Amino acid sequence: MIAIVNYGAGNIASVKRAFEYLGYTCTVTSDPDLIERSDRFVVPGVGNFQTTTLLSTNALAPALARQVSLGKPLLGICLGMQWLFQFSDEAPGVLGLGAFTGRCQSLPAAVKSPHVGWDQLEICWQSRLLRGIGSGGFVYFTHRYCAPVIEATVATCDYGASFSAAVEDGNIFGVQFHPEKSGETGLVVLENFCTC
Amino acid sequence: MLTKRIIACLDVSGGRVVKGVRFSQLCDAGDPAELARRHADGGADEIVLLDISATREGRATLLDVVRRSARELFIPYTVGGGIHSLHEAAAVVEAGADKVVINSAAVTRPELITEIAYRFGSQAVIVALDAKRGSVTGRSEVWVAGGTESTEMDVLAWVKEAENRGAGEILLTSIEHDGTRTGFDCELTARVFAAVNIPVIASGGAGTTEHFIEVFRNGCADAALAASIFHYGLHSIRELKKNLAAEGLPMRLPC
Repeated sequence: MIAIVNYGAGNIASVKRAFEYLGYTCTVTSDPDLIERSDRFVVPGVGNFQTTTLLSTNALAPALARQVSLGKPLLGICLGMQWLFQFSDEAPGVLGLGAFTGRCQSLPAAVKSPHVGWDQLEICWQSRLLRGIGSGGFVYFTHRYCAPVIEATVATCDYGASFSAAVEDGNIFGVQFHPEKSGETGLVVLENFCTC
Repeated sequence: MLTKRIIACLDVSGGRVVKGVRFSQLCDAGDPAELARRHADGGADEIVLLDISATREGRATLLDVVRRSARELFIPYTVGGGIHSLHEAAAVVEAGADKVVINSAAVTRPELITEIAYRFGSQAVIVALDAKRGSVTGRSEVWVAGGTESTEMDVLAWVKEAENRGAGEILLTSIEHDGTRTGFDCELTARVFAAVNIPVIASGGAGTTEHFIEVFRNGCADAALAASIFHYGLHSIRELKKNLAAEGLPMRLPC
């Protein structure tokens, strides 16, 4: 079963619908016990990095960290991906999970922020998460902050500057875009995650 | 490259898609869930569903329509029409909308923008406004009540306020151009684009491929919305996007 972690950050019903459309059973939960019993985890989220403190205060972060250390796959979406990093300029002092090294920053001042709409992926290396998706593929973004390009970056997007559109390291995955709103390409990403 | 978006709009009344002919007679254009799906398959970058009945019975029907259409729609889905409270916004989000459109309720009580943005994020709030030149002042003003009543508010002042209060996007409809198929109000769109940092969706007047080129080039619109020209197959969205791409505009293709 896939546990979609509900920590009060925006609407996550669309993520659930997409997994169900693909034929997977999932549950939306904020119960650490249920997380312990699930096979895969999705941390969605929109809004401010500050909101991710709810993951810690509700004992969700330690439960997730424990399960991920056992090798179970975790996918962070949008704010959920930024949370996989150490910090964000959006909420200095708030710690992320720290699965990836680096600090999320606001988009460059030279471009309109937020970055809203369909933009293209530039594939860095053949990952499991983006299997079957080539450079130039379109996905839907809506964000003001972005994660730096690091070794674990499997795809970048260029908007004023290059940022991490997708990251992957072992059983930990993250996407800045919304796979549940990115048409067929997005559904491929979710399917890949379910079979990783 | 970030693409220009083509948004298909469905005007819904009593659970059916309708389209006004010269603002009066409404004719049936099909089932919303089916049309939404068809537009998504046909290359639309986003779907907007507007409830134009806005009656209490209509509301329950609308939520059912939103639920049904959201089930198989995996592109951004926006719902609006008659949303006056956080409670009503939450109901459409829970039914499956990614974003809500608020119009006159935001004018009456601008705090609503902040309330929805706080609960669901700014990306979930589109502030729509109907613009028309005031007969006395000659400047573009915000009109409400289906475009029959001027608030005398300046369009540019209002979009700035909406952005400051947490709007994620602006949906600008020109009353003078709406339904005419003579082209968008590019001049006003460009002024709104320059006034805010959030995306601007232009609406009202779409008729030909040329109109879309103009509103993206001269109007600087981030997205363009149209309804009837897509429903009756006057334009295939995919063909339109191919033509726009051939003109050098960034489009999501293949789609």
